Amino acid sequence: MKFSLAWLKDYLETDASLAEICDALNAIGLEVEGVEDPAEKLAGFRIAHVLTAARHPDADKLQVLSVDTGEGEPLQVVCGAPNARAGMKGVLGLPGAVVPASGMVLKKSAIRGVESNGMMCSARELGLGDDHAGIIELPDDAPVGMEFAAYHGADPVIEVAVTPNRPDCMGVYGIARDLAAKGLGRLKPITIPAFTPTGPCPVEIRTDDAEGCPAFYGRVITGVRNGPSPDWLQARLKSAGQRPISLLVDLTNYLMLGFGRPAHVYDLAKLKGAVVARRARDGEQVLALNEKTYTLDAGMTVIADDHQVHDIAGIMGGEDSGVADETSDVLLEIAYFDPARIAATGRKLGLSTDARTRFERGVDPAFLDEGLDLLTGLIVELAGGQPSEAVRAGAPPSVPKVVAFDPGLTARLGGVEVAEAEQRRILESLGFAVSADWQVSCPLRRHDIEGPADLVEEVVRIHGLDKVASVALPRPEGVARPTASEEQRRDRRLRRAAAASGLNEAVTWSFLPEWAAAHFAPEGEPLWVLANPISEDMKAMRPSLLPGLLLAAKRNADRGAAASRLFEIGRRYFRSGNGLSDERPTLGIVLAGEKTPRGWQTGKAQGFDAYDAKALALQLLEAAGAPVANLMVMGPDPLGPGPQFHPGQSATLRLGPKTVLARFGMLHPATLKAFDAEGPIAAVELFLDAIPARKSAGFARPGFAPPALQAVRRDFAFLVPEALAAGDLVRALAGADKAAITAVRVFDVFQGPGVPEGRKSLALEVTFQPGEKSFTEAELKALSDKVVAAAARLGAELR
Amino acid sequence: MTDITRETEAALAAIAAAPNLAALEALRLETLGKKGWVSLALKTLGTMRPEERQQAAPAIQSARAAIAEAIEVRKAALEAAELEARLARETIDLTLPAPVQPRGSVHPVSQVMDELAEIFADLGFAVASGPEIEDDWHNFTALNMDETHPARAMHDTFYFPDRTPEGREVLLRTHTSPVQIRAMQEHGAPLRIIAPGRVYRSDSDATHTPMFHQIEGLVIDKDIHLGHLKWTLETFLKAFFEREDIVLRLRPSYFPFTEPSVEIDVGYAMEGGRRIVGGSGDEPGHAWMEVLGSGMVNRRVIAAAGLDPDEWQGFAFGTGVDRLAQLKYGMNDLRAFFDGDPRWLAHYGFSPFDQPTLSAGVGARA
Repeated sequence: MKFSLAWLKDYLETDASLAEICDALNAIGLEVEGVEDPAEKLAGFRIAHVLTAARHPDADKLQVLSVDTGEGEPLQVVCGAPNARAGMKGVLGLPGAVVPASGMVLKKSAIRGVESNGMMCSARELGLGDDHAGIIELPDDAPVGMEFAAYHGADPVIEVAVTPNRPDCMGVYGIARDLAAKGLGRLKPITIPAFTPTGPCPVEIRTDDAEGCPAFYGRVITGVRNGPSPDWLQARLKSAGQRPISLLVDLTNYLMLGFGRPAHVYDLAKLKGAVVARRARDGEQVLALNEKTYTLDAGMTVIADDHQVHDIAGIMGGEDSGVADETSDVLLEIAYFDPARIAATGRKLGLSTDARTRFERGVDPAFLDEGLDLLTGLIVELAGGQPSEAVRAGAPPSVPKVVAFDPGLTARLGGVEVAEAEQRRILESLGFAVSADWQVSCPLRRHDIEGPADLVEEVVRIHGLDKVASVALPRPEGVARPTASEEQRRDRRLRRAAAASGLNEAVTWSFLPEWAAAHFAPEGEPLWVLANPISEDMKAMRPSLLPGLLLAAKRNADRGAAASRLFEIGRRYFRSGNGLSDERPTLGIVLAGEKTPRGWQTGKAQGFDAYDAKALALQLLEAAGAPVANLMVMGPDPLGPGPQFHPGQSATLRLGPKTVLARFGMLHPATLKAFDAEGPIAAVELFLDAIPARKSAGFARPGFAPPALQAVRRDFAFLVPEALAAGDLVRALAGADKAAITAVRVFDVFQGPGVPEGRKSLALEVTFQPGEKSFTEAELKALSDKVVAAAARLGAELR
Repeated sequence: MTDITRETEAALAAIAAAPNLAALEALRLETLGKKGWVSLALKTLGTMRPEERQQAAPAIQSARAAIAEAIEVRKAALEAAELEARLARETIDLTLPAPVQPRGSVHPVSQVMDELAEIFADLGFAVASGPEIEDDWHNFTALNMDETHPARAMHDTFYFPDRTPEGREVLLRTHTSPVQIRAMQEHGAPLRIIAPGRVYRSDSDATHTPMFHQIEGLVIDKDIHLGHLKWTLETFLKAFFEREDIVLRLRPSYFPFTEPSVEIDVGYAMEGGRRIVGGSGDEPGHAWMEVLGSGMVNRRVIAAAGLDPDEWQGFAFGTGVDRLAQLKYGMNDLRAFFDGDPRWLAHYGFSPFDQPTLSAGVGARA
């Protein structure tokens, strides 16, 4: 909300400076968002008297002026304005002044060889209008040497942010009231220009929608002369950022901006029959003042005559009955509308107006008669005409809320001691009535007051929040206790383990383009799509962390990045069975581009492979506290990681067949194509919600008991069917003698000369751990036989 | 000079001049080998008479000792030379690049959330969380924003087409405040929590992204008032920026879920085009900027969460995590936070070993 200082001073008698007023506004909760002080812009411009004007010796269109600035010798100034002449008074910019329109700093200079000590200015150059035909001409009595800002009466404009709970401050008068309560001056009473109503109102006014429009007051004025508004009114509206339109329209705007009271003026000639507040009919249309047609429904309140709708109640008037220059008879409307109804209607129509903002937040129910009289008086004073008596249909709310207040609450809630007398003064200065026993009746305009806490706020904000002293929050004795949950500790460990593995943590959007989300949506799981997305790229909630990371990797590659090693810890979003949100903590990794660049040791650049993904999956699952030793590698489909992955180079990590802790591997070429990304790209996704909770343990570790005897290692090479998974063979060997065999490790895989077609050679190192005594040769032989036998059950033969 | 002496001298000279280990071995065989002349000379001693032996033995024995020692010395020298030569051949160019371990990084948002958790843990606040896809009761109604409340419209909410079983609208939470409700419902009072997380508004320009991060704080207890709120936020900001000269300005404001409501400005100065927090905003060259919204929790909110507002009261506050990160660590483009550019992540990200702790200072210096 913007207003000029002069406007404020129409209502507030004060000696306070602009800075003091701004400080006070901030202090009482009317945040100053900006101050425009034209006096600052006009610094260095002063009134000057042109003594002589002579042709420039070297330029036809220039003149050389001798100018009296009120002090010292006259200055020589070169000027190109056609109207510059001896004897006139104008505005001179001295060297050092900044021309408001262009930002140019004036300096002493030579123009075509003639010295010039400043610039005579046009209205446009000073930002005071569009006139640039010549320099400003001031009246003969303008005092030479005076700062032009002071002469011009430059009026600073203040912009404040009014919070939605304070519609009473959406008019300058309300702001003046708050400032007066803060002690910045005296609130002047509202002056209503005198008028004499004659005769009853010739138009029938009714409200048929008592719920949406509890009160509809009006009055007819005949014989008005519309036209441009007087300067003072135009200046006030302009300071508020409103364009003056015509006297009648401007006066309703003045009532709204000055007093927070929207009103409407109809051209009586364009109305037929009774004017009624009623519900709109479904599908009924109105051409509004913004020249758009709105289709209404039965949930909306309108003002209509016998023939058509003339006003979307409380939001915008109709084009067909608006006032024009030739309007002579008018009907004034001052109504009270239900705030909720106005809000709902405005939302439905997508129509934001100054009137709606005020009505939906709540105008002053006690300011109908006064508002009507003020508007009437101003119209009669400025546009002439003969007013009728007022008519009143319905009645606005009139019972004030009474709050039983304990002034001690101010200290208990607000943390500051304010003397009871001062509390009473503050409340009364804001219009509250305070009884001897602290029953506080609230002014009807204060819709925001619900209870004692609101009164504490009133007292504290006027008394001064800066007077609230800091008080330490009580804390328990001793060192602070740990507060992080198991989940938070897990995420922290994971995050730092992933970063320590060389991955960069990214944060990507929770919503994705629909196609990208669909590509990664689990089979049979419908996407969760926003009803009102901000763009097509941010539409569907992510069912996986991989698409967002993949899109980032693609952007990076497009920017020329050699590699993207990205991870993210965040949520996947699913609908649960009952329709509520099921958000699952997840870690995603995408490895794209070069794992190692070409190098003198390593030769060509190398990409990432599925084993890089597997290593990260296992390492990070371990960091997350998963029982990694028990994990099984499963795949391909249907136990695989899904169609987004390369069917032969990807797998899941499971605890038993149902509990999938992770998926990893190379992405499917179709995935790369869909994301327009260059491969190969490896990816990992850890499903953190699937990791079983660990039993809480103490700090002590189990005792350290290394085996007393050294282990024996034996190597075995088997020819196995090509399709046999090495992991199966390892598991079989490890199970051959669970007591003695403590480790089985593959150290060679070979296919080629010497290995029959359809077979491969797997070489494994098996560790036999003796217990009490060393193995005898016979025992080792027996163990080896068990290993070979176990392998044979999988079709493996010793080489 | 006897023969032995002569031959010994010749042998010693040959040994000293032996060019390599093979030549040295040949000389050893020639002298001390089974058929070497020293060995043969020693054998002759057995055939001698005692007087002869007594006379001849010392010379032969000392010749053997001298030759044996000379061979050892020469052998060590030759071996050392050979090792040196081999090592010289093994010289490599260590100006060549070594394999590079990729350096990972922690995102500034995560780092700052960890910092906040650390600071507030010391003040006794636990970290709470809640769903990001919320219903309108938790996000609005319980926070004193009923359906017609104008503040609802100001939230630029993302909605889903769904309804909950209770018929509530489903939406992306617009703030972390619904966690207040959930925490009070779950844990009751007294309560001290912070709730960091993702929030969403349908708003996008240079300083707004449709997804961003907030942190919410809530204290519910008896006898908690605005003075405690002020102290807590002062203490927090001092700890976060690791500066003692933090000055707050409290301004009355409006949030439906607090009453009284207070906006918190912090003083700052512009240095090198950046806002440096510290000092009063009224000092020359300084100004105020808004950093937190806060207030005493509205009675209706306490009641909506199932607690008795006559018994319990407290304060709540909220602020942007991304913005705190920007103010502390100097990144200016909010959109870059969510871009996943490894150059940005490496530049503004943190070492995994910069785990914030109170003893080391929660911040990680550049």
